[in-house]
Amino acid sequence: METLDKIKQQIAENPILLFMKGSPKFPSCGFSAQASQALIACGEQFAFVDILQNPDIRAELPKYANWPTFPQLWVEGELIGGCDIVLEMFQRGELQPLIKETAAKHKTDTPAE
Amino acid sequence: MLIHTAIEQKLLSAFDPVFLDVVNESHLHNVPQGSESHFKVVIVTPAFNGMRLLQRHRAVNAIVAEELAEKIHALALHTYTPSEWYEYYAEKPPVSPRCYGGNKTEKASV
Repeated sequence: METLDKIKQQIAENPILLFMKGSPKFPSCGFSAQASQALIACGEQFAFVDILQNPDIRAELPKYANWPTFPQLWVEGELIGGCDIVLEMFQRGELQPLIKETAAKHKTDTPAE
Repeated sequence: MLIHTAIEQKLLSAFDPVFLDVVNESHLHNVPQGSESHFKVVIVTPAFNGMRLLQRHRAVNAIVAEELAEKIHALALHTYTPSEWYEYYAEKPPVSPRCYGGNKTEKASV
């Protein structure tokens, strides 16, 4: 599958999706670590893609997203932002309702990996 | 020109900020000494009025696109409108530490 199609499919199939370096348990970058910590603190399941394991996605996604860096949080097909935005939203109490409402809406769907 | 200076100048002319702080944080990361790889920007400008965080970050990223694409590895962004900034600091103003006596204390203790 073309990388771009793969990206679009991942974004379409996972309502809460974090593209990051490493995994939430073993992040390979401080910014990815902070973003995934904030997401975990929201208490809902989310999907992630380790871009270090997927160099094609790492190369293509910034162009598609019009966002130059990682991590990237996508919710319901829309880019929310990178680490600073995720943290700022979390501190303002805006991230939690967004994640909770999205998770509740998609509960009947197949859970993400 | 230093990347640091280039980022500063581009942001100054693009956004006419009331406050701008560009910090080279590369020393906090696993890169050679003297690197210009990781930066943090705190920028306060009325240009952000009515823009969501995503739009603000995109606007900044666009101005330093060349640096982001070729030269730097990370750019942390903290973007505020003047009213957000004043509100933010109304709760925790950036005060400098009070004087502990300085010369007088030293002289007194001699």
